[in-house]
Amino acid sequence: MTETQPAILVDDLVVRFDDVTAVDGVSFAVEPGEIFGLLGPNGAGKTTTVRVLTTVLRPTAGRARVAGHDTVAEGLHVRAAIGYIPQAISVDAALTGRQSLEFYARVNGVPRRERKARIDGAIETMGLAALVDRLARTLSGGMLRRLEVATALLTRPRVLFLDEPTVGLDPTARRAVWQHLETLRAEEGTTLLVTTHLMDEAERYCERIAIMDLGRLAAQGTPQELRDEFGADNLDDVFAAATGHEIVEGGSFRDVRQQRRLSRRLG
Amino acid sequence: MSASSAGFPAGSAELRLDPLARLGRLVTGTAAMARVELQKLRHDNLDILTRSVQPLLWLFVFGTALQHARSLNGGYGDYRAYIAPGVMAQAALFVAIFYGLAVIWERDLGQLQRLLATPMPRLGIVLGKASGASVRALVQAVVLLAVLAVARIHIHWSVGGVLGSLVLLALGTASFACLSMVLAALVKTRERFMGIGQLVAMPLFFASSALYPLALLPLWLRAVARVNPLTYEVEGMRRMLLSLPVGDALWVDFAVTFAFLAVFAGLAARLYPRAIL
Repeated sequence: MTETQPAILVDDLVVRFDDVTAVDGVSFAVEPGEIFGLLGPNGAGKTTTVRVLTTVLRPTAGRARVAGHDTVAEGLHVRAAIGYIPQAISVDAALTGRQSLEFYARVNGVPRRERKARIDGAIETMGLAALVDRLARTLSGGMLRRLEVATALLTRPRVLFLDEPTVGLDPTARRAVWQHLETLRAEEGTTLLVTTHLMDEAERYCERIAIMDLGRLAAQGTPQELRDEFGADNLDDVFAAATGHEIVEGGSFRDVRQQRRLSRRLG
Repeated sequence: MSASSAGFPAGSAELRLDPLARLGRLVTGTAAMARVELQKLRHDNLDILTRSVQPLLWLFVFGTALQHARSLNGGYGDYRAYIAPGVMAQAALFVAIFYGLAVIWERDLGQLQRLLATPMPRLGIVLGKASGASVRALVQAVVLLAVLAVARIHIHWSVGGVLGSLVLLALGTASFACLSMVLAALVKTRERFMGIGQLVAMPLFFASSALYPLALLPLWLRAVARVNPLTYEVEGMRRMLLSLPVGDALWVDFAVTFAFLAVFAGLAARLYPRAIL
């Protein structure tokens, strides 16, 4: 009956920090069960958009609905329906994978009697059985990301937000992370919103894409639609055609420092 | 719950909005964060050892050196025993004051960003981190108590006294950890925080009764010590561990410590999440 209700609805969203406008009138919708890619260079406003959608940040203007709830008025309902994996590492290096899973089950209020079954289910979905009793600091970058996704599955989120899930990973690990995300979508019907600055990755794995640049939406559609619309062979060219410039590196000192540190730790 | 949310059920977290459910999420979340801290300590025994060195130096070097300064021991026979609660509180204070640093260090950044997007209340995030500091302080305190017992330094051993002083220590440590989070949210860079941390911790330590009776201090410093929560923490522990009638009354010590925790936890819950973004 409500099949048409989008999983995520963003309506003319504006986020301003002091004199900087990070998000400037962005609108898009994500259908249930879709893998949606939010693309753009560092500093395009992707993370800010995700923070509004995960209720952590209040928009300056406009509104957003996630899983049928308003992110401002019904923030608690949104938070109960989503999973969020930020770019920074969210499992503790000094804990085993299983301990991190137990931690996130507890803080998310997973009922005690269901904890074990949910944890076992998440371990299986993410293919972690052989790794889960190792300390997180001994895991590779790809394994860590899969563990983080597993910790986000414990609440059976309707919508999962992943901020640059493959940053700092080598190509093999990237592929493994994406394959598990596709499995998740296929098995659970989870809606995925993924931010990335890697065009080829988005082209291969996302069903629909929104390209952000300088806080605005430059284009959106399926990869095929975008290529046709701009008469381009690949998304890099689409980006250049849609924004009028090549992808340039943005981001503040803090972003860059954080990203390098992350890459080093993910090794 | 509007009709528009039909067909899109919230995750099976069974979200309840009543105050009791909120309190439940607060308590469960805080406890989970404290539990994790204990698990981390178990993987890292070296940390307990290295952190125990400084309090033992205070106790055995400083304490022994000043053993014979009669006026210092506040009427208690053994100066080492007299400063033992002060040394415990001091060790806990330093753990707590540098605890807010973790976020600036980006060690816990991802975890805290994630917790902000869960149904756990913000106060729970702050109290959870603070209780992590308390867990570390308690482990240190238990080590120190064991050393006191082995070294036959005479304190007034009683189950109630030991448990009561550990509770007071945990409350005090949590409140200083909240203060640290407020500072971290305000200064924002690691370099500045190191300076501020020292600037706050040392005066708190010296302008308290940790090492000497307040009566020995000049009037103005005594006035400062009277508004220093560390004084109440130490004097409460002294009452319970040494049966020394110091300060006003035990309930005052608990009340002041608790009030300080309430104020700084509230402030931290407002300010700290901003430091995470």
